[in-house]
Amino acid sequence: MESVILDKLKRDRILDLLKEDKRIDGRALDEQRPLSIETGVIPKANGSARIKLGNTQVITGVKIQPDKPFPDLGDKGILICTAEILPLADPRAEPGPPTEEVIELARVVDRGIRETEMIDLRQLVLKEGKSVIGLFIDSSVIDSDGNLFDACSYASVTAILSCSVPKYELKDDVPVLVEGVTSKPPLKTIPVSVTMARIGNYIVVDPTSEEEACMDARITITTNSEGNICALQKGGSDGFTVDQLVRCSEVALSVGTKIRKRFEQLM
Amino acid sequence: MTQLMTEDGIRCDGRRVDELRDISLKVGVLKNANGSAYIEFGKNKIIAGVFGPRDVHPKHMANQDTGILRCRYHMSPFSVTERKNPAPSRREIEISKVIKEALQPAVILKDFPRTVIDVFVEVLQADGGSRCAALDAAAVALADAGIPMRDLVSACAAGKVADRIVLDVNNEEDQEGQADMPVAVMPNVGKITLMQLDGILTPEEYKTCLHTAIGGCKRVYEIQRKALMEKYFQNGEQ
Repeated sequence: MESVILDKLKRDRILDLLKEDKRIDGRALDEQRPLSIETGVIPKANGSARIKLGNTQVITGVKIQPDKPFPDLGDKGILICTAEILPLADPRAEPGPPTEEVIELARVVDRGIRETEMIDLRQLVLKEGKSVIGLFIDSSVIDSDGNLFDACSYASVTAILSCSVPKYELKDDVPVLVEGVTSKPPLKTIPVSVTMARIGNYIVVDPTSEEEACMDARITITTNSEGNICALQKGGSDGFTVDQLVRCSEVALSVGTKIRKRFEQLM
Repeated sequence: MTQLMTEDGIRCDGRRVDELRDISLKVGVLKNANGSAYIEFGKNKIIAGVFGPRDVHPKHMANQDTGILRCRYHMSPFSVTERKNPAPSRREIEISKVIKEALQPAVILKDFPRTVIDVFVEVLQADGGSRCAALDAAAVALADAGIPMRDLVSACAAGKVADRIVLDVNNEEDQEGQADMPVAVMPNVGKITLMQLDGILTPEEYKTCLHTAIGGCKRVYEIQRKALMEKYFQNGEQ
């Protein structure tokens, strides 16, 4: 545990800089850290990506396999995103059941991809109500320096963009793999999440863990290729004003557009 | 698929687009809890109990400089159509976290170092919008426990159904509608302390939806205030 006094001093320093429109690492308020994307890093997965967002690093793998559909969603394939913080990623992380924070992380990443309808799940049905294709998108944080939401989301989205879907055919109602035939995933749009922290009256994009330690509140907004707002999650122990929320949505759209261009180059 | 809205803008449960479901709220319904409230929000039936400030267990969670707030949102196995496994699901853990973070800005925890305030909400019957209803009851239960607060917290959802922005999304609309946006505000301070969204909204709809939800929260606030007055100013006292 870091000392409370140290956190207070750091917050004062960060706030003093913000008054001059500066951040502790020299970025502009609406500037993300450098993002590097590598895909196809795990050949045994159907799709994979390793991304670095500043010092935060995430590896995501996509596994695709036949499965039974959910009882109430027989006409749709399965999409499940998970996220975990590996014990080697952070001195505070420990092995064991997921904490509240990790569960929120995984659910926010999942929501961003699900609610934008990135993947047309109706095209992943082998036999309605009986047999469908499932996409399992698992993210592991391997080094943690803040904004795990966007890091896991970007790694998941790029892993999906890079994946190839194996072909399955039903023989006597049993799905059988057709060797050597793959296709691109049925994509409808590209989601981009943008996380912002409020520190005092300032909104900063892509907070580091140093900034997260002294933020008042946090917001993650996911937009789609058509410029709509599709998923949102407020976090942190304080709130936002209406004006701040409207501004955050505008920032999410403009920053999101830049990131989406990077993703489109991968396709 | 059920029809969610008629051509003249009447919703599947007979409400207009800007209409809340019926809400009844009663304060002080439990003997043991320091503060409590019971809310019926449409078909939601939710009870909230608050304990504390009291000693923290486990002890290592205690903070020397401030009190801490803990929250548990839980659904009874019989609260939904298909029996729900009583173990807390990932959804319930996430909701517990966002409810805690929605209440935290309102509660003056600094006054109670080394202690905890526990908020327990039990969803006895769930309809759409249970997190908002749970939060409405929890905020009132905190006030009932005599815990110093900067403001109440009032919550209500808005959403998009049949291409229109509607107030207070019900279960059918949540399942089959286009968007659901739960919002909580501190009504007198004007701060939004809970906000989530799933569904697709244009930037314009996003703003309308946010304002619609805040309008609903303000109406909920009046109901919360009245419920507190009813307990503490009986027989028309002032």
